[in-house]
Amino acid sequence: MPALKIKPRFQYVSSEALVEIRDVNFAYDSRPILKGINMTFPRGKLVAIMGLSGCGKTTILRHIGGVLRPTGGYVKVDGQVIHDLDQDDMYRMRRKMGMLFQFGALFTDMTVYDNVAFQMREHTDLPEEIIHDLVMMKLHAVGLYGTQDLLPAELSGGMARRVALARTIALDPMLIMYDEPFAGLDPISLTVVGQLIRRLNDALGATSIVVTHDVQESLKIVDYIYFVSDGAIIAEGSADDIRASGETFVHQFVYGEMDGPIPFHYPGGNYNKDLGVRA
Amino acid sequence: MAMVSSLRGIGARVVNGVWRIGFGSRFFLMTLFYSGASFRRFHLTVKEMFSSGVMSLIIILVAGMFVGMVLGLQGYETLKRYGSESALGTLVALSLVRELGPVLAALLFASRAGSAMTAEIGLMKATEQISAMEMMAVNPIARVIAPRFWGGVISLPLLTAMFSSMGVFGGYVVGVVLIGVDEGSFWSQMQAAVDFQHDVLNGVIKSFVFGVAVTVIALFEGYDAPPTAEGVSGATTRTVVQSSLAILILDFILTAFMFRGD
Repeated sequence: MPALKIKPRFQYVSSEALVEIRDVNFAYDSRPILKGINMTFPRGKLVAIMGLSGCGKTTILRHIGGVLRPTGGYVKVDGQVIHDLDQDDMYRMRRKMGMLFQFGALFTDMTVYDNVAFQMREHTDLPEEIIHDLVMMKLHAVGLYGTQDLLPAELSGGMARRVALARTIALDPMLIMYDEPFAGLDPISLTVVGQLIRRLNDALGATSIVVTHDVQESLKIVDYIYFVSDGAIIAEGSADDIRASGETFVHQFVYGEMDGPIPFHYPGGNYNKDLGVRA
Repeated sequence: MAMVSSLRGIGARVVNGVWRIGFGSRFFLMTLFYSGASFRRFHLTVKEMFSSGVMSLIIILVAGMFVGMVLGLQGYETLKRYGSESALGTLVALSLVRELGPVLAALLFASRAGSAMTAEIGLMKATEQISAMEMMAVNPIARVIAPRFWGGVISLPLLTAMFSSMGVFGGYVVGVVLIGVDEGSFWSQMQAAVDFQHDVLNGVIKSFVFGVAVTVIALFEGYDAPPTAEGVSGATTRTVVQSSLAILILDFILTAFMFRGD
């Protein structure tokens, strides 16, 4: 599939980009997952990575977090090649990152308060009174002040996602990664989480990367979008560029059409022959 | 052809087993290496002692009581044939302190606390809580695994002591209160025959070793479980089966070293 001819908006030099991905290849065993990915995430911007389920979006996030090591190319975060760092430096770098997992990944044996306070207690020597004030501020920022004594099991899906968001921003990270933040949310929660992502990015002066396949919500909030299909970038541009795109895959994806380059049927062989019917 | 494939199957299982023992040993060493936080922040370990130790108390106490009562009954029946009913206290206490206490308490601990540990860690992994911790620059071995390991290792000898105490009490109820064995000889013979170092301390060493084996197996199975419902349930089953076998095999080895014919 030819790449969409949209001029990339970010022509930054390295120092202005918080995350740079250059020619990254990755394979599980011998199955290629990422094929020559190039991406730039400028400081202060909110960038989305979109694509079908299983196309390699989350794998890209795992590379940025240093969880996976590319088989070719490199990933630089804040000027350092993340997969070359030793464990101590890697952990030092991760303290400057926050990641919101698909279903929140809240610690189920802790209250909301302890979840949000977790990193503060692990990484700082702050007295408990200050931690208390910070936790209340973070919970207030996501609109959930008053839920501090609840357990994760007592929260709705949307609330759990917002608590996880409060935990993600606990130490004011420079980079926030969101893995499918809109999955399984009702329309109101979806808008709330979307707006929070935008507002928190701007208020904290952070850089955000959202991995999602929720087109409509993402187009409302992001600065730039990368489209990934089958481990390669097939289109990139601003929300308006993507909406106006003539690329058939992007058009099918954005407007959720059944007909297009992504077939409805799994390539399962000859159906007619299986039924004993002449086509 | 069928023979070749079955031989190949056996070979694959052996190789896989050796790999798992290797991974398990490395996991154990990593747990010891990252144990500092479990002692510096001892409240983490105390919390795990509560969930694995205190929550197992009821089953341990009830089981200990009944095992002691059965020992009292069976012991009395056998000793009566030789006219040695007064040695009932010795028989009950030695059986419990040397063998039944450590082994049965460890088996109960494996099925009550070990399976719970595996399921908890497996579910934490399946719901990405372990990954989340990694991404928050918190080492899950230090924060999640090591406190549970030490919580289990400290709890089991204490539970074993309570199991044996309840067993002695059960033997007393049946032997002295119900059957009418002389109370003075019951206690005095027990006191005279049970040696602290040879019997009690060896029992404590056994329960410590079983505690290490059960918690390492339980935690490793949970940490290594595939993040699916079947994966976690399979890991929980393996924990109970492997821990039980490990306890019985280790018990034979330890007994052979501790009590060889003396």
